[in-house]
Amino acid sequence: MSSSIGLESLVDQTISVITNDGRNIVGVLKGFDQATNIILDESHERVYSTKEGVQQLVLGLYIIRGDNISVVGELDEELDSNLNLSELRAHPLKPVIH
Amino acid sequence: MANAKRWTPLFRNKRGLFFSRRIRGFSFPRNENEAKKMLFFSYFKELVGKQVTVELKNDLAITGKLHSVDQYLNIKLENTRVVDEEKYPHMMSVRNCFIRGSVVRYVQLPPDGVDIEILHDATRREARGG
Repeated sequence: MSSSIGLESLVDQTISVITNDGRNIVGVLKGFDQATNIILDESHERVYSTKEGVQQLVLGLYIIRGDNISVVGELDEELDSNLNLSELRAHPLKPVIH
Repeated sequence: MANAKRWTPLFRNKRGLFFSRRIRGFSFPRNENEAKKMLFFSYFKELVGKQVTVELKNDLAITGKLHSVDQYLNIKLENTRVVDEEKYPHMMSVRNCFIRGSVVRYVQLPPDGVDIEILHDATRREARGG
């Protein structure tokens, strides 16, 4: 098998996942596999809208199927704490169109 | 006989069953499609360390230093910035990211990252079938 660039380095770190339907889920990476299926602990969804600031919905322990994942980002805690989410307004991300 | 155990069947054709010693960290492309993908996999491996912009199928464009690529053409970027951060503030606190190969629409390359001659040769070789 050719070298797989797994997510080993992100395990137990806070990550931000963007799904194919445009949702943004933040949580602690607990596990993953070859198909990028992901286990997230203490996760919450950040809901973006233009009408009000970012809403955070508590989700808890989540498994996200790899097919449905676009981007997995390492969340920089310092940058994230500087964000003022309640003032941040934006259109929700568009869904992926294959 | 004890030695034979270390050989695994590779493929069978008219002339019989062929065996090969497995090489660590390497596997032969199993079909044509996989072989084609290997070409771009090797190509992207050459680009590691360069600055690229990856445009996704949700119109998000992310710029960063190419950290690594794998056989699915998943991409890892370092020191990332979203191209239109005003419109897409969703990744403002992300500086390293993993992009799933299946959602990539384009990879914009640095001008010196394209050696057309090499790609021409390689793609023609594959079109001829080896």
